[in-house]
Formats: sequence, C-alpha cells, structure tokens
Amino acid sequence: MRELLGDIDRWKSQGKRVALARVVDTEGSGPRETGAAMAVNEDGDVIGSVSGGCVESAVVGEALAILNGEQSARVVTFGYSDNEAFAVGLTCGGTIHLFIQPLEW
Amino acid sequence: MTVYTTLATRIRANQPVALATVIDGPHVGLTLLMSPEGILGGTLGDAELDRVVARDAVGELEAGRTSIRHYGPQGESTPEDLVDTPTVRVFVESFSPPPRMWIFGAVDFTAALAKVAKVLGYHVTVCDAREVFATRRRFPMADDVIVSWPTPLFEKEGQVLGPRDAVCILTHDPKFDVPAIQGALRTSVGYIGVMGSRKTHAKRLERLTEVGVTDASDLARLLSPIGLDLGARTPEETAIAICAEIIARRTGRLATSLSATNGPIH
Repeated sequence: MRELLGDIDRWKSQGKRVALARVVDTEGSGPRETGAAMAVNEDGDVIGSVSGGCVESAVVGEALAILNGEQSARVVTFGYSDNEAFAVGLTCGGTIHLFIQPLEW
Repeated sequence: MTVYTTLATRIRANQPVALATVIDGPHVGLTLLMSPEGILGGTLGDAELDRVVARDAVGELEAGRTSIRHYGPQGESTPEDLVDTPTVRVFVESFSPPPRMWIFGAVDFTAALAKVAKVLGYHVTVCDAREVFATRRRFPMADDVIVSWPTPLFEKEGQVLGPRDAVCILTHDPKFDVPAIQGALRTSVGYIGVMGSRKTHAKRLERLTEVGVTDASDLARLLSPIGLDLGARTPEETAIAICAEIIARRTGRLATSLSATNGPIH
C-alpha cells in the first residue's frame, strides 16, 4: 500500500476514480503476502501487483467492472485447477483471495 | 479528512495504523481506521462492531499481523454467540513502521549496504564519529546520517530497536566496534552483524572479554564474520550477503539453493 500512495494521490487530485485490490488471504504457495495491493484507475492505468504477474490483467478487468458499476465490491479468488486449464490461475499452484473495491473511503 | 487521507498521512509519517474493511456481510466495503490509541475514523456500519473490531485490531497492530477476522453483525465474537448468526468477515490490515537498520562505520560497504537495505524497505541510519566521512553527500540513500560515537546513540535511541531491526557494524576499528557491540547487546535488536576477517573477529573477542562481555548467550548473538557465504567480494555483493543473512535468520532457513532441497518454498 505504501508504494501506491503517490500515484493514488495524483489520480485523486486529477479527479479519477480508483479501485483498490488487496490480497486478503492466501493458500499454499503464493508469490505475494497478505496486504499486497494494486490500484486501477478509471482509464485502466495500473500500479502495484498482487501476484507474480499471473493474475494482474484479470484483476484489471474486475476492477474496471466494479468502477463501471457492473460488479459490486467483492472477494475474488484466483487459483490453479487442472480441470480449468484456461482459467486464470497462479502457476505456482497456490490460491489467492483478493478484495476489490472502489477507493471511496 | 477521509479514512484514506488519514491512512496515507500516518503511513508516510511511519506511525502505526490499522485499517479494517468489511469484505463479507451487510456492509461490504465499509472501513474503520485505528491507531494503537483507538479509532481514528470511519465505521463498519454498527457501533458495537466498531468497538469490538477496534479492540482486536489494536492487538493485531501491536503484533504486526494482517488477517481476516469473523464477527456477528453487532460484533459478536464468541463461537456460542455466532451460532445461527450471519457472519461479517473483516480484513484487518496492519501498517507498522518500517524495520530499522543502523550501520556503524561510514565506509564503501556502508553505501552499498544502505542501498540494498532501502530496497528491502528498511529505515537506514548511518553512524560514524568522523565528521569528514559521515556526511549526507556520501550517503544520500540513508534516511539519517549521524556523527556520533556509538554509546551516546544507543543510550539515546537504543530502546526503539526490536526483533525486526538490524545493527551492522562495519568499522573494523576496535575503538568503535567494541562500544557499538556493547550498545547493540543491550537492546532487543534481532540481528547484530560485525564485519571483519576471522582473525579480526578472534582479536575482537579478546577485547570484548577485557571489557566484560563474556556471557555466552550475548556472544552467540554476534554474527561475525558478517553475511552468508556467497563468495561475495565487492561492497555490493557483500551487501547482498549481509541482507540475505538477515532474511535467513528471520525465517530460520538454511539458505541453500531451493533446487538442492525439497519441501514447501514459502
């Protein structure tokens, strides 16, 4: 979160809406710890990361859907499954739970 | 001030702060912000829930923990109270001030170590008694550059050092090393590394004995020669070897190649 503050402040001062995605829980092997965060603004600009690059693009899609009002703030889970070879997952075999919400507090 | 503004201000000022967010339950997305002294702002949608979460979050903050906690809608927290009650899941995130690294000796190794320590998120203090060497100009990457002998610095600020912090003594000069070691041993700092060859270390142990530092548990806290055995030669490589040792000590790992071992990585 600390590393995101400068960009979030800049976005907010430009009047941009911002969604925040934070790792709230992990299971098994995972590249980032609980609390790792990324932020996405309404233009789709991205800062920070929540994994080793495995799920970030999917998170951007979720974040924009939340900013557009197509989705509400919620917990989104990413994990690898053999049955879903094309689903977004973590190559390390772990599972991460993200909470994604508009930064309106 | 919004919750976000207060949070950002405290994080930047290195003041401890905890942010609680409802991630499941009736008021998803609501936040509550707390310092060790109590609530700073926001609400989770119920005054009693706020009170109970604030109480728990202060404990989490003291321990530096970040986790999900479960409550009833009005803060019910015992298993009996929670039966047949919809659950509110609250993500409590602790923001603790960065760990500290105090580096004694204003030498080339210091500049490289300060740089690597900053990458790892440390608040870095460089200390040397020689005014000519301990300058901001030579250590622009350090947060603080202090011209002082070790003893007054430890007497004044040593109590802030804890298990997450590190003291690295790079001077090779017994006049400076010995009081720095004595000062560090009086704190609860988690890592004390002292630079020097094995021969220097043996001589240093003699000097420490002369000044009365003989306790085996004290001497066991000294990591000297400093750093992991990576075959490091340059100041930069040595800085990596030192920081790698600090990480391995914290995690209790043996620091071999993962390809040579089995078992979980994290």
